[in-house]
Amino acid sequence: MSDLRALLIPRRLFLMALFAGFVIWCALSLRWDWLPQYLPLAIEGLWRTIWILVVTVVLGFMLAVPLGLAQAAGPWYLATPARIFCTIIRGTPLLLQIWLLYYGLGSLFPQYPWIRGSDLWPYLRQAWPYAVLALTLSYAGYEGEVMRGGFASVQKGQLEAARAFGMPRFTIFRRIWLPQAIRNVLPTLGGETILQLKATPLVATITVIEIYAVSSRVRADTFIVYEPLLLLALVYMIIAGLIALMFRWVENRVPSRRREG
Amino acid sequence: MEGLLDTLGLAEAASLLSLEPPGWGGNLLRGLVNSLQIALGAFGFGLLIGLGGAYGKLYGGPLLRDLLAIYTTVIRAVPELVLILILYYVGSDLINQAATAMGYDRVEISGVVAGIWVLGVVQGAYATEVLRGAIQAIPPGQLEAARAFGMPPLMTLRRVTIPAMMGFATPGLANLWLIATKDTALLAIVGFSELTLETRQAAGSTRAYFTFFLAAGALYLLVTLFSGTIFARIEKWARRGQPSLREGGR
Repeated sequence: MSDLRALLIPRRLFLMALFAGFVIWCALSLRWDWLPQYLPLAIEGLWRTIWILVVTVVLGFMLAVPLGLAQAAGPWYLATPARIFCTIIRGTPLLLQIWLLYYGLGSLFPQYPWIRGSDLWPYLRQAWPYAVLALTLSYAGYEGEVMRGGFASVQKGQLEAARAFGMPRFTIFRRIWLPQAIRNVLPTLGGETILQLKATPLVATITVIEIYAVSSRVRADTFIVYEPLLLLALVYMIIAGLIALMFRWVENRVPSRRREG
Repeated sequence: MEGLLDTLGLAEAASLLSLEPPGWGGNLLRGLVNSLQIALGAFGFGLLIGLGGAYGKLYGGPLLRDLLAIYTTVIRAVPELVLILILYYVGSDLINQAATAMGYDRVEISGVVAGIWVLGVVQGAYATEVLRGAIQAIPPGQLEAARAFGMPPLMTLRRVTIPAMMGFATPGLANLWLIATKDTALLAIVGFSELTLETRQAAGSTRAYFTFFLAAGALYLLVTLFSGTIFARIEKWARRGQPSLREGGR
């Protein structure tokens, strides 16, 4: 309720009226006649964006947990490679990584007959496996660093208590260490997932037709510049808002003593 | 040296990357210089916007604060690539309209200026948040003391606020600088010949994709690691008067 009341202050009503005016102006005076023709393609592209986002976030997080654990508590022969991997991923542009995998591996694979003959070849000839691989590795690299902090921030006493009760090591990890580490980094993870959403349009450069690529095609076909881009920005804002809401919902469900205000 | 390269099978890569014209090393380095130029410009422009934005968010009127909140939220929710395209078209349209209104011909905007403008606006949103947090972290007594002694606002900014917040802002700003260097790669998509695009052209015409992309990756990584040490120095210098914050910091 208080959220709603905060919106009903005169200056905010004024801003909202201004925004509504802008939307109406956009709807009336800009060109939208291309929309019905491209709508099926746009929905397909939107679906592909969300699909890539969900798959890479899930796979990347599964990779990030061992990466973070190796850096936080692993022996040096695991910690050093994990740290080098995270540094390389975080130190080079994602676009370069995507192009390295797509053009590099894509030009390497056809040289080996046994790869060409394998059952995977029909997939390896397409672009999306490289897109998914690059985005997964990127998310894993950033989240590995976040999870390192998450694992390190769990209090020592908790782990010692679990050990004192004779919990097996894997149970300690599953029941005590991992849940608290994830709880500690949940706000960061939400932000990083929005960053991952903002990274998805890069895969359009390797011919994956997601929502950004659809808007580029509209621009190339019809020479209409602003309308597809504005709509695209709106779509991304809505998805980002949904991600933020989802993470806030999860955060509120997780019991936490440290909640302030 | 030659023998060593031969045994490692790197002779071909070395000749491709050599600086003289048959090799493409010169192009890569030129791309790197372009990238760094834009990153520096965008970072500086973003800092200016960020300082103004942080002041507006902290001390501005309610309307200004709402507008700045919209600015930072929108910029942080929309992909950089989309923003780059929108700002690129808006910027060139505005300049051309102004030029025709003043009776000049249509102007071609240079890639460097466009890149700085576009990335600077994006950086500004993040810098606003970083600097706002840093200014809020200054013990209020210091700013009150400056005001009590009758310092004019600009002098307070120059003599108290900026030096006092440097220590708090440096980690965030170091992150921003790294984002700026990596975001210059996005300008490859609008056709500006910075490092990533030069690399792709070199790789495309020689078919040696791995050699060139790995070389460019190494260049970016060098920049990252080098900036890391520089910023660590700056932070140490900026915190020289403060008690150690190792425990319970952040």
